[in-house]
Amino acid sequence: MNKIESNKGWLFVLPVFIVVAFSAVIPLMTVVNYSVQDVFDANTRFFTGTEWYRTMLNDPQLQGALVRQFIFSFTILAIEVPLGILVALMMPKKGWQASLSLVLVSLPLLIPLNVVGTIWQIFTRTDIGLMGWGIRELGYAYNISRNSGDAWATIILMDVWHWTPLIALLCYSGLRAIPEAYYQAARIDRASRWAVFRYIQLPKLTNVLVIGVLIRFMDSFMIYAEPFVLTGGGPGSSTTFLSQALTAMAIGQFDLGPAAAFSIIYFLIILAVSFVFYTTIMHMQKDKTTQKTGDS
Amino acid sequence: MKSRIGLTIYLVLLILPIYWLVNMSFKTNQEILGALSFFPNNFTLDNYQRILTDPSWYSGYINSMTYVAMNMTISLLVALPAAYAFSRYKFVGDKHLFFWLLTNKMAPPAVFALPFFQLYSSIGLFDTHIAVALAHCLFNVALAVWILEGFMSGVPIEIDETAYIDGYKFWNFFLKIYIPLIRSGIGVTAFFLFMFSWIELLLARTLTATESQPIQAIMTRTAGASGIDWGLLSAAGVLTILPGIFVIYFVRNHVAKGFALGRT
Repeated sequence: MNKIESNKGWLFVLPVFIVVAFSAVIPLMTVVNYSVQDVFDANTRFFTGTEWYRTMLNDPQLQGALVRQFIFSFTILAIEVPLGILVALMMPKKGWQASLSLVLVSLPLLIPLNVVGTIWQIFTRTDIGLMGWGIRELGYAYNISRNSGDAWATIILMDVWHWTPLIALLCYSGLRAIPEAYYQAARIDRASRWAVFRYIQLPKLTNVLVIGVLIRFMDSFMIYAEPFVLTGGGPGSSTTFLSQALTAMAIGQFDLGPAAAFSIIYFLIILAVSFVFYTTIMHMQKDKTTQKTGDS
Repeated sequence: MKSRIGLTIYLVLLILPIYWLVNMSFKTNQEILGALSFFPNNFTLDNYQRILTDPSWYSGYINSMTYVAMNMTISLLVALPAAYAFSRYKFVGDKHLFFWLLTNKMAPPAVFALPFFQLYSSIGLFDTHIAVALAHCLFNVALAVWILEGFMSGVPIEIDETAYIDGYKFWNFFLKIYIPLIRSGIGVTAFFLFMFSWIELLLARTLTATESQPIQAIMTRTAGASGIDWGLLSAAGVLTILPGIFVIYFVRNHVAKGFALGRT
């Protein structure tokens, strides 16, 4: 699209700018401020420079949480993206079945995060929960507060249950945007089901998948309430992810300096990974469009 | 046919945990702790009655809905013009500004909990609905701009030009012609704004005490000295799901119409 070159644009962006400046920049500055100081009370504080950053980067607890966080985020992405696409492909295109499946699929998305935790806490309890009880009946000594493997599997299952619908929903709307003529052409060419997916549907899905993968990565990297309710970060600290480690430090122990340094590191990691995702995928798209124009 | 079966299995697995919650909410605690059953033997509405007649319980729902509604209004009002600017104008620093906005969606609430608490306490907004609504703008404004920009880029710029030639003033055109054109986009955006604000716990809990405490925070009360009141907890959980069903029902056709998210 031909955009108009005009700095009038800034006028329209101004309200957003003010709101975000108030709700993001000021708090972030507070964090930066704390991260370079040692605060005893309101009047006594010392400038510490990068000391907190060095302490935090060498902190085994933080390192552990970071590694767990990456494993978690990439595992759920590896499961949710293909599963979400599959579900979107299976959903009916029109009629009441389409409406019904849309409503049902979206349902987990609108449950408050700690209620999701509660649902799974109840569902996986071995005395009153269907799943926990079922697994016990099958002869496996399932216990999420003792066995860290069980805890991990349950948290991943919970996240897949909770967020695959988002990917499915995005893909479903992406698929709806494909003109019927494409499919007709494919039928004339006797394209296989796989070829239709690979050359017609998947390319049309890249846009929505970029959004889906980015949102899922960012949100899974900040996961807090669900594991907090379900496992409390345990057994031990085997399911303590970054947000929980941070809140424990900032609000629990009130270690402002280290917590602030932790926050900045945390934020920068998300920023860096998201940026890499964003630019890679955007470049892939650009390459594809140039290829197409080159062919024709 | 194969896909029908696959989908049915998926949907059953999806609904099962929710079904279990609903099932428990209609049981008494004795029955819950007794034997497992797929249907309540002594069907009871006591749990719901307790929540819906006790102001300290149901005010939580009112509080949550108040700040979610406030947040949706603020986010949409500021995001609409901004998204328009990003889709129509090229201006100094537009790309950077867009990514900077996105970075706010990436900001972990855990990082902002404490500074928000101090900021809103110092300006006397602690424990008010507007504090939570503003705090949720952190991620929702960015999201709204992002989604709306995609929809707006799908509207040909010729429409704007024609309107100006016909003598429309900008705001007249924007409100009377443009907004109706991207109705479905606004619907989808509202859906996501509702979703992310409604489900958020950490900031909402940190910024409130008694006056405007969200239902998610009140729910933790069910854990008492004598153990957890499972029936009451389940009923409270079920009631947090209902507004969501309501919202999905309204936007289901818009979501199905497709995101025009054609940004490159």
